[in-house]
Amino acid sequence: MLNVGKIEEGFVLDHIEAGKSLSIYHHLQLDKLDCTVAIIKNARSDKMGKKDILKVECDINTLDLDVLAFIDHNITVNVIKDGEIVAKKELVLPKEIKNVIKCKNPRCITSIEQELPHIFVLADEEKEVYRCKYCEEKYDERLE
Amino acid sequence: MRHLMNPLDFTVEELDSLFNLANDIEKNPAKYAHVCEGKKLATCFYEPSTRTRLSFESAMLSLGGQVLGFSDAGSSSASKGESVSDTIRVISCFADICAMRHPKEGAPMVAASKSSIPVINAGDGGHQHPTQTLTDLLTIRSLKGRLGNFTIGLCGDLKFGRTVHSLINALVRYPNIHFIFISPPELRVPDYITDMLQEKNIEYEEVIRLEDCISKLDLLYMTRVQRERFFNEEDYVRLKDFYILNKTKMELAKDDMLILHPLPRVNEISVEVDDDPRAVYFKQVQYGVYVRMALILTLLEIKC
Repeated sequence: MLNVGKIEEGFVLDHIEAGKSLSIYHHLQLDKLDCTVAIIKNARSDKMGKKDILKVECDINTLDLDVLAFIDHNITVNVIKDGEIVAKKELVLPKEIKNVIKCKNPRCITSIEQELPHIFVLADEEKEVYRCKYCEEKYDERLE
Repeated sequence: MRHLMNPLDFTVEELDSLFNLANDIEKNPAKYAHVCEGKKLATCFYEPSTRTRLSFESAMLSLGGQVLGFSDAGSSSASKGESVSDTIRVISCFADICAMRHPKEGAPMVAASKSSIPVINAGDGGHQHPTQTLTDLLTIRSLKGRLGNFTIGLCGDLKFGRTVHSLINALVRYPNIHFIFISPPELRVPDYITDMLQEKNIEYEEVIRLEDCISKLDLLYMTRVQRERFFNEEDYVRLKDFYILNKTKMELAKDDMLILHPLPRVNEISVEVDDDPRAVYFKQVQYGVYVRMALILTLLEIKC
C-alpha cells in the first residue's frame, strides 16, 4: 500500500472516479499553480472499488472548485487546515464554465475562431442544463 | 450602450416604446428624415441577404444617415482570416452603429463584446434573427391593434424555422395567446418549445392540415415547407398541398384573419391570395423598415 503524507493546508479531493484524476488536475488548472499536488490513482475504496484522490497543498482561498460540481457531484472535497480536515466543501454548480467543455455545434462561432474561450452558462439550475454562451446549444453530456 | 442580440433583450415595456416610435415614424416620416444626419450605419453581411441588408440601409437612409459595409464574406477581411473581434474594432472607427449578419451562431455577440458602437444581430445562422421578430410583432400590433388575446396558427416548417421559434418565444410574454402549430409530423415544433408552453400553462394544439384549423385563426404565420426536409419524396408529395395557402382555403378563414410570412415566399402562398386584403406580408416588409428605423434611433439614443 502506497502512503502519501498529510498536507498542512489545502484540499483533499476524494471519491474521484478511477482514472479521472488527471482530467480534473487539468480542469482545475493545477498545472499552472506553484503548489504541491499528489495524484493517487486506483486507490482501494469500499464504496467504489477503485477511486482516485487528489491532494493539493495550497492556500484554501486560492482555488475555485465549483467546476467540480459540474464534472462530478460525487467528489468529496475535504478542506485541510493545520493538517486536519476542517470542513467538507459543498459544491455548487457554477453559473459559468470557461474552457472546460467545448461547444460541439458546427455552426457556432467557436468552431472557426479558435482563440475564443468556450463559455457555457447555467441556463436551468434544476435540470442542470448548460448552454453555450454564443449559440445557446445545450450541453447535456458529462465529461468523458 | 446597448446592443440587440435576441428579441428578448428588450422588456415588453421597452418593446412598447420601440413600437410606438415605429408607428410615429410611419405617421410622420418627414419628422425623422434628418435625425441621423452625420451618422453612419455599417452593414457587415458575411453572407448574402439582400432583403435584410436593404431594409437596414433603407431605414438609415430614411433617417438622413449614411451607410457603408460589405455584402458577403468574400469582400471583407474575413477572407484573409480576420476575426470578428478585430473586424468590429475596425468598423467601430468607421461607423456609429453596425448591423451584422454572420453564418456562424453567436458571431454578433462576439462582436458586441468588443465593440465601441451598438451592434444589431441581423441574423446569425439558425440561431436568432431578432429584427425579423420585431418586424412580426410590430406588424401584428399595428394591424390587429394588440399583442395578445388572439389565436395564431404557425404553418409549415416548424422544426427548423428560426423565425417561428423566435416569434413564439416573443409572443409568450403577452396574455391569452392560443397557438396552433400546423405542420407535417416530420417538421413539428421542437419539444423544447412545447415543454416551455406547458410549463407556462399556455394553450397550444398541433394539427397536420391547415383546413382543419384555419377558421379558428386570427393570425396565420406561413413558412415554407422545403422538399429537402422530408425523408422521402412520397411523403413530400402527399403532404405538400396541406401547406399551400390558396383562395379555397382562404374562404374558410375569418374576414379579419391576417396572413404573415417572413418571405421569401416560394409557392406556399398562391399568388392569387396576394390581392386578398388579409394578405399583409408585403406590408410586413414595410413595417420591417419602420422597426429598424426605431431600433437605430433607440440604440443611438437619439431623442426626437
